[in-house]
Amino acid sequence: MSTAMAHALNEGLRSVMEEDPKVLLIGEDIGRLGGVFRVTDGLQKDFGDARVVDSPLGEAGIVGSAIGLAMAGYRPVCEIQFDGFVFPAMNQIITQLAKYRHRSEGTVTLPVVIRIPVGGGIGAIEHHSESPEAYFAHTAGLRVVSPSSAQEAYDLIRMAVRSDDPVIFLEPKHNYWLKGEIDRAATPAPFGSAQVVRPGDDLTLVTYGALVPTAVKVAAAAAEDGRSVEVIDLRSLSPIDDATIFASVERTGRLVVAHEASQTAGLGAEIAARVQDAMFYSLEAPVIRVTGYDTPYPASRLEGDWLPGLDRILDAIDRSFTY
Amino acid sequence: MTDDLFSLLSPEGVLSDSADASVDLRGMFSDMVMSRRIDTEAIALQRQGELGLWASLLGQEGAQVGAGRALRPRDVAFPTYREHGVAWCRGVDPVSLLGLFRGTTLGGWDPTTNNFNLYTLVIGAQTLHAVGYAMGIVRDGDVGTGDPDRDRAVLVFLGDGALSEGETNEAFVWAAAQNLPIVFFCQNNQWAISAPYSVQSRVPVAQRAQGFGFRGVRVDGNDVVASHAATVEALEHARAGNGPTLIEAFTYRRNPHTTSDDDGRYREGAVTDDWTTLDPIERLRTHLTGIGTGEEFFAGVAAEEADLSERLRAGCRALPDPSPESPFLHTYVDMPADLEQQMHDHVEYVAAGEVDPA
Repeated sequence: MSTAMAHALNEGLRSVMEEDPKVLLIGEDIGRLGGVFRVTDGLQKDFGDARVVDSPLGEAGIVGSAIGLAMAGYRPVCEIQFDGFVFPAMNQIITQLAKYRHRSEGTVTLPVVIRIPVGGGIGAIEHHSESPEAYFAHTAGLRVVSPSSAQEAYDLIRMAVRSDDPVIFLEPKHNYWLKGEIDRAATPAPFGSAQVVRPGDDLTLVTYGALVPTAVKVAAAAAEDGRSVEVIDLRSLSPIDDATIFASVERTGRLVVAHEASQTAGLGAEIAARVQDAMFYSLEAPVIRVTGYDTPYPASRLEGDWLPGLDRILDAIDRSFTY
Repeated sequence: MTDDLFSLLSPEGVLSDSADASVDLRGMFSDMVMSRRIDTEAIALQRQGELGLWASLLGQEGAQVGAGRALRPRDVAFPTYREHGVAWCRGVDPVSLLGLFRGTTLGGWDPTTNNFNLYTLVIGAQTLHAVGYAMGIVRDGDVGTGDPDRDRAVLVFLGDGALSEGETNEAFVWAAAQNLPIVFFCQNNQWAISAPYSVQSRVPVAQRAQGFGFRGVRVDGNDVVASHAATVEALEHARAGNGPTLIEAFTYRRNPHTTSDDDGRYREGAVTDDWTTLDPIERLRTHLTGIGTGEEFFAGVAAEEADLSERLRAGCRALPDPSPESPFLHTYVDMPADLEQQMHDHVEYVAAGEVDPA
């Protein structure tokens, strides 16, 4: 039976809560409402309001109290309602959560997960379509992951909650209702590894989160032009799985990176830098980025053209083959 | 200025009849003297170039020792960066307080050993950690059982400047709504670096608690006995499941904010002199002397103080420099491969720069 990504997250959370009584959820409207995207639907009913905590409205409070709960031996999973609302919590995330283990020389670990619905393409109003991943990936001490499918969501949320390192868990809301089969018994790939979603030989297309289904469509379209595109879903944005990317680029010689977030100092720049540093003599063409623009996220009537779509990515692939 | 404050030991050294007769006044005196000595030695070490910075507690020993001595072993304290006296009461090795300021560490002690968390430099951030910890205590069922070996509470320290931070106000909201076992201990030393309390508020600190729905207590922070009694009561209240208290220990920061600060630019020395006459240590010394405490007690404290200063001076210089790989080792539980590579390269780079002693 196929499952939507939002349901897979719900199921993953439920399973880790059953396995470990120290896991608890904390966020705005996650209890009776089940979260604005219903990811926590039914969990308060089954686990009680001490384990599924409807918090006051205050993002710093959600993350700050999760830090204290972790110090007291709990494994809190925070929900931030929307990407654009994580910024009031950035102080707690960057100056406290990311650094306390280091400061305590490993004597205090903070197994905190922060779930954030991210990205655009759903016709939302302002502050509801942001892609803040680079802020987190830039901060040492945090792990940043983003699932793109139901199976990954199920596996990744379970691994994130079990991780002793703080995890920023970015949920592409565009994919919440995408359905897929889940194999609950399968052994998931290691936490922190990328995945080759579709193999190919002529060009490597790296992306993550919301754009993975688009990238697969791009590869199918490129195949009609006789180009074999390998699609890699990063899944882990920090650390980045260099080995998987490098192995692919070594074979294909060409790399396009696509993401919704603005271009400057985004993850695409990071991946391009790593590949040119390590793979200079394997490259047949410069690394090309297809990204959101260096503007505020636009009013939603414009987002269809603003977001990297099939045609922009295909154009970038064409450009790669002009070298 | 101090008329409306809860006080038990007057500036003249007269102890109120309502003070708890079982309180260890000599122990409090000794703890205040040692706290001040840590401070004095650290300032001297900073002047000698051994520390990069020091945040002085001068004048706040009464508030800190009063609060610190109210803690039970299972209670947990969350300090700012000025709680050297609380650290002393908690049994933290005073030499380890110096590492952060010397630059040998970003922490300095294991927070789980003494239930005394690491210093927090970002103003007010620790108030929310304390809230979360108190939520954990509630979930552990360690509150309101009536068993003194089981019930616990959290004591979180903040300064008057922290009251202007959003996060502190969030902490108040959360603590009140959930009736958490937490005591907010605000040392109102009247200065947030150069900003006087009047820049931040039109009401006394303690009065603010009412707006959040819990108790506010205003205590003479230069009175160690009153500070102690108020904190003991507030912690009992919290452990019993009756919720939070905000204690305002009204006091004065007699030294600059840190050794890098120039307080002559923003305040009059005469005011500081006035507060010197309210000194918490001299007040208790006067009382102890008045009730016939023998000279041998004070001589014993002085000898211990001399030992402490010796230990601090030697200990500071002996603090080991961290190894080149140490920043890498504790950043993640599971070190990513690319970070491991960075560590490897860095260690090699540093090693290549070493001069062979032969």
